Amino acid sequence: MDALYRDYILEHYKNPRNFGELDPHDLEWHDHNPLCGDELGVHIVVGDGVIKELRFHGQGCAISQAAASITSEDLVGMPVDGIAKLDADWVIDHLGIDISPTRRKCALLSLKVMRGATTGDASWPE
Amino acid sequence: MAATAEHPLVDVRADFPVLNRVFDGKRVAYLDSAATAQRPRQVIDAMDEFQRSSYAPIHRGVYELARESTDAFEGARTRIAQFVGWDPACSIFTRNATEAINLVAYSWGRANIAPGDEVLITEMEHHSNIVPWQILCEATGARLRYLTLTEGAELSLDELDDVLAEGRVKLVAFAHISNVLGTINPVAEIARRARAAGAVTLVDGAQAVPQLPVDLSELGVDFYAWTGHKALGPTIGMLHGRRELLEEMPPFLGGGHMISRVERERSTWNELPFKFEAGTSAATEAVGLAAAIDYLGAIGMENVRAHERELTAYALERLPEVEGISLFGPSDLDHRGGVVAFAIEGIHPHDIAELCDREAVCVRAGHHCAQPLMRCLGVGATARASFSVYNAREEVDRLVQALTGAREVFNL
Repeated sequence: MDALYRDYILEHYKNPRNFGELDPHDLEWHDHNPLCGDELGVHIVVGDGVIKELRFHGQGCAISQAAASITSEDLVGMPVDGIAKLDADWVIDHLGIDISPTRRKCALLSLKVMRGATTGDASWPE
Repeated sequence: MAATAEHPLVDVRADFPVLNRVFDGKRVAYLDSAATAQRPRQVIDAMDEFQRSSYAPIHRGVYELARESTDAFEGARTRIAQFVGWDPACSIFTRNATEAINLVAYSWGRANIAPGDEVLITEMEHHSNIVPWQILCEATGARLRYLTLTEGAELSLDELDDVLAEGRVKLVAFAHISNVLGTINPVAEIARRARAAGAVTLVDGAQAVPQLPVDLSELGVDFYAWTGHKALGPTIGMLHGRRELLEEMPPFLGGGHMISRVERERSTWNELPFKFEAGTSAATEAVGLAAAIDYLGAIGMENVRAHERELTAYALERLPEVEGISLFGPSDLDHRGGVVAFAIEGIHPHDIAELCDREAVCVRAGHHCAQPLMRCLGVGATARASFSVYNAREEVDRLVQALTGAREVFNL
């Protein structure tokens, strides 16, 4: 099996979880990877300070789409103020593959968008 | 025979040490020359020799080393200017093509563009020929307009005529060859129409000088910008300009060397081309670029063009074997340079490039600094293969094989 494009990565890429739009929604953010132009947005519905539902939308490579899809399953149910505490390793652990420096931003775009939506912080996660 | 591009045009093993690199048992296939080209030993040696034997401040010292350095620098300028058929005194060294375009946008633009004027560019431009004009229009209150792409990924001269006929266009800025589509634009024809309408022209020649004969004395443009690092040379740019315009333009950057006399409150300017070369020039890079155009000149630009045309023809013939592939750019090889942008359904371009890298095939993935063009094409990004004198058919074969393998990894 391919070390990077593992079956579950490709499966999430082809059938991403929690993708689409949510209207109405409480929080939203949209951002892009300036290196490749890939775009990703998120809509979030909040209840009692907790993420009830979220949908990512946009387009990107297998790594960025799979990162958004895989992490989305754990993001639902998290307290909104807990997102700021998530870091790059949290995403990469979820992906379960080695990410080279050239693909790092692909992996981190979805967390960047989540942090933007919940804190307004538009910086890249570290 | 060069005519079928079965072999590289040059002795790759001897002249391009970096192309002998082997990754995981596979010799590198470098298909990213539209981004930056590899440098031959002759360029590396010329720069090395200049630094070992002659390097000193240019245009200053009275000692022998300084004289040698100045001669090497100005000799390089003369050879480079002759290579593209222009007056050395109107050929300015810049940092790169981007700085050459910015020089015109800041110096000529701010002196000549007013509210209500229009700057006309095209949908196939690189960011370097978009953003300086956006900044200029923002600063002056002028309007930025775009010539659209035709179905065949070319420009429409009829549309150009229509826009020019409205009478507000003061500048037409466009690429000689698109870095994504490969489209070779009819430079002389556009320049003639622009001039008749009273508009100045600026051509981004970054992709053109490395791959076809360019004779500026015949093209009739006002400004022509290009860069050394895509032409087998180091990172140094060139701006060729029409003398009357350059003489009237204010300086771009102020500092040493560009002045004639500096008083406490004001200064007067040096003659051309030095008025536009503030500060210490990149003499070693100028020497390297002269060596690069000598190298290309010895091959013959007609031969370079024929070789890249054959490689492009072969790529356009073989790539459709890959299932799900879409190719961008003109199909008429007379109007197309040595670059092929493509997409494969079900695999993002980044993943294509990653999987090509596993076969030591270097292709570019992304927006190619042409985001407005990507939106016209209806894609976020593409993959791109581009060719130079050191490439041959076998590398196109390896690309096709890598793409077929990429589809297998993605279970397509």
